[in-house]
Amino acid sequence: MTGSRGGPAAVLATEGLTKYFGRLAAVRDVTLALRVNALHAVIGPNGAGKSTFVDLLSGRLRPSQGRVLLEGRDVSGAPAWRMARLGVARSFQRTNIFKPLSVLENVRLAAQAVRLPIARLLSTPPRQTALIEAARRALERVGLADAEQRVAGALSHGAQRQLEIAMTLATEPKVLLLDEPLAGMGPEESERMAALLKSLAREHAVLLIEHDMDFVFKVADQMTVLVEGAALATGSPAEVRANKAVQTAYLGAQA
Amino acid sequence: MSIAIFLSQILNGLQYGLLLFLIASGLTLIFGVLGVINLAHGSLFMIGAYVAFLVVKASGSLWLALPACVVVGLALGALLERFLFRYFYNREHLDQVLVTFALILIFEELRSLLVGNDFHSVPVPAALDFSVPITAGFSYAAYRLVVIGVCLALAAALFWWIERTKMGAIVRAAAEKPEMVDVLGIDARRVHMTVFAVGAALALAAGGLAAPLTSVYPNMGDGLLIVSFVVVVIGGFGSVSGAFWAALLVGLIDTLGKAYGSAFSGAAAGGLAAALPAMSIYMVMILVLVLRPSGLFGGRS
Amino acid sequence: MIGRNRLLPQTSAGWAALAAGAVALALLPLFAPAYYVGLVTTAMIAAMLALSLHLLVGGAGLVSLGHGAFYGLAAYTVFLMSPEGAPRPIWQTLPAAMLVAGLAALVVGALSLRTKGFFFLMVTLACGQMIFAIFHDTRLGGGADGAYLAKPLLSMFGFTLDPLSLPRAERGWPVYYIALVQLTATYLALALLLRSLFGSVLEGIRVNESRMEAMGFNTGRYKLAAFVIAGVLAGAAGHMWSLYSGFVNPEVVGWRQSAEALLMILLGGIGALVGAVVGAFAFVALGEIAQMITSRQLLVEGLAILAAVVLLRDGFMGLKPPWRARSPRGGGRESALR
Repeated sequence: MTGSRGGPAAVLATEGLTKYFGRLAAVRDVTLALRVNALHAVIGPNGAGKSTFVDLLSGRLRPSQGRVLLEGRDVSGAPAWRMARLGVARSFQRTNIFKPLSVLENVRLAAQAVRLPIARLLSTPPRQTALIEAARRALERVGLADAEQRVAGALSHGAQRQLEIAMTLATEPKVLLLDEPLAGMGPEESERMAALLKSLAREHAVLLIEHDMDFVFKVADQMTVLVEGAALATGSPAEVRANKAVQTAYLGAQA
Repeated sequence: MSIAIFLSQILNGLQYGLLLFLIASGLTLIFGVLGVINLAHGSLFMIGAYVAFLVVKASGSLWLALPACVVVGLALGALLERFLFRYFYNREHLDQVLVTFALILIFEELRSLLVGNDFHSVPVPAALDFSVPITAGFSYAAYRLVVIGVCLALAAALFWWIERTKMGAIVRAAAEKPEMVDVLGIDARRVHMTVFAVGAALALAAGGLAAPLTSVYPNMGDGLLIVSFVVVVIGGFGSVSGAFWAALLVGLIDTLGKAYGSAFSGAAAGGLAAALPAMSIYMVMILVLVLRPSGLFGGRS
Repeated sequence: MIGRNRLLPQTSAGWAALAAGAVALALLPLFAPAYYVGLVTTAMIAAMLALSLHLLVGGAGLVSLGHGAFYGLAAYTVFLMSPEGAPRPIWQTLPAAMLVAGLAALVVGALSLRTKGFFFLMVTLACGQMIFAIFHDTRLGGGADGAYLAKPLLSMFGFTLDPLSLPRAERGWPVYYIALVQLTATYLALALLLRSLFGSVLEGIRVNESRMEAMGFNTGRYKLAAFVIAGVLAGAAGHMWSLYSGFVNPEVVGWRQSAEALLMILLGGIGALVGAVVGAFAFVALGEIAQMITSRQLLVEGLAILAAVVLLRDGFMGLKPPWRARSPRGGGRESALR
């Protein structure tokens, strides 16, 4: 069910990806492909395995079966730090920033993670202007440029979610895995986030996990419905909405 | 290697292991239920030994010493919990390590103040001062057999308390999931105090039993403290049954290792191989922590 | 030279105060009796050990209960190299001691850093105990009683200074000044490390290790590097100890040594690197004061420690606001152990 439409090659793809916890299959045989300019949303009820799926893609968990392919190369089982270095960045559902540090430092660290100046490891952060500039670019992109000196823990919830995204951008990734970026945001902030996500999808391969159905149908180009760990349907939003199985299993109450 | 010596080493290992179990069971319960690392547990052992010494000196009877140890232990444990440890449940482990380390120093000095720094021997009760013939040509000290018996009895009592009584069931559940206690609306403070009191009583009892065997002297709890931690790790945090098997394992490895280790290495005692029994025990501890943190014999992860 | 890392002085006034402290220490032997010169030497050695541990605890958030073992191992290395009657020059013993400590730290770190938090505490304790067992249970270092060693010769470039050739009042000076130089060098080296990119990674690991991994840092490698550096510095401190005392025994590799080092950091405060130095001096002073009041030294120490842990959540450094500019993060000790 790869939704093969010809067109550009997949940046990040999975084949039959499966994860067992004991005897429970949290993710079962999921196959999908992420492309640039095709924002791919993954939806499903709570406990359907969406976050586990992202953990598998980002390297936080090792697959029990199946493969993860980055630009055609098999990277299954690579640890999180290596996946990040290879260009797969993820944001977290529960805000996972460095609260005691400044906003700029949060993003600067992210920038440092993938630009590894071993020879300059003993140099001080202010001297490494390339990192600071990369951090500022990322902050500019999400709209947090003014807040760079503030303590991350003191930001509003919405701003912290923006910071989450900035940290993924600072690593200049090929793939963005965004786990419920909207969590806890109000309608106005969600509008801004929608615009940001659409613009990001033009340059990166973006995977989005979200609960807000209206939002998803608005921004997504491709969708996959995950129920009890398995992909029930994959396709364009219209195709998915029309899918009978999806309607009964999931959208029924909300359609 | 005569059979007689082998048998006696096995029995020594059992006896050492059982004493270790008494100390480790308290330690594992305190960590499992209360989340507290109690470095002062070795000091409780020492206090038990000194209580036994004082009781014997005053009354001449070791039979009184054991109940005395238990009573003092219950009281001391309850007091420590109520007035000190209660404030440390939510503190970082670093703080707990340091506080219990401070307790060690304080206990040592108090002992020094009250009883002095001398080495004291505690006589085995006359009634038990003989050897029991086990096989032809091998007999074993009766008192040591009694120690084994008493330890097994205490272990049985502990298991019965945990498995069969209501408070014991609460403690067992709390060792697995400390949050349970609050959820079920049980008075957490009573549970905490009980656990601490029981743990302390066991440690003091071990000290009292050991006193005639090792004599009483400053710092006598030090060696046992670290080894008890090893037992707790190997047995699994919070698991009393785990601590039981782990203590026997460690006791046997240590005793047999010391007895036969030098024979294997061929070098005189004091050569490098002399460190092997201790090192192998720590090695097992490290392997368990790295590979199977939940312990070899069960216990919670 | 304003340090960026929150563990270093945040203002020039802070750095000036540090410099003043160093100058005061440099002038001390000129005014103080020989007994106090020796005492402050022990305080400086303790401070070196505490500083090395601070890199782990305050810098990377790794609380180790086996750090004293590297300190003691270095002292035993000096013993093995220059046993009583057969001294070796310091330019041989110091590098050797640091090398052995560093190698041991590499092995212990590779093993223990596979665990975290409480389990890490236990594994480091066990590793320290293994090293203890080697020296306590065998003849290698004189067994449980320890042994005398030949203090390393203070020779450099063919020139040897024999402390015994000095007038009695000044015999402790060479060791004192070597310790002072070593202490200053240790502090500056750590300051350099902490304010560098490497230090910022350690800080990130301390605050949120899983995020650091998710961002692309191989955190295991950074932690191991910090562990080894801390081990080498502890080794340098242990070497200094052997130079001062001329004696080794298993206590220097025991867990109590490690617990004392942790205690010094607590007394001085995890929030600032200089806290390790302050804490070490406070600890030694505490021992002295206790001795003056009563022969029940350990009792006073124990009670003081108890009070410190219960009351001083930030250590002594938390009591001195003028020393540190209020950082935007606010005060309070951040969790060193997750």
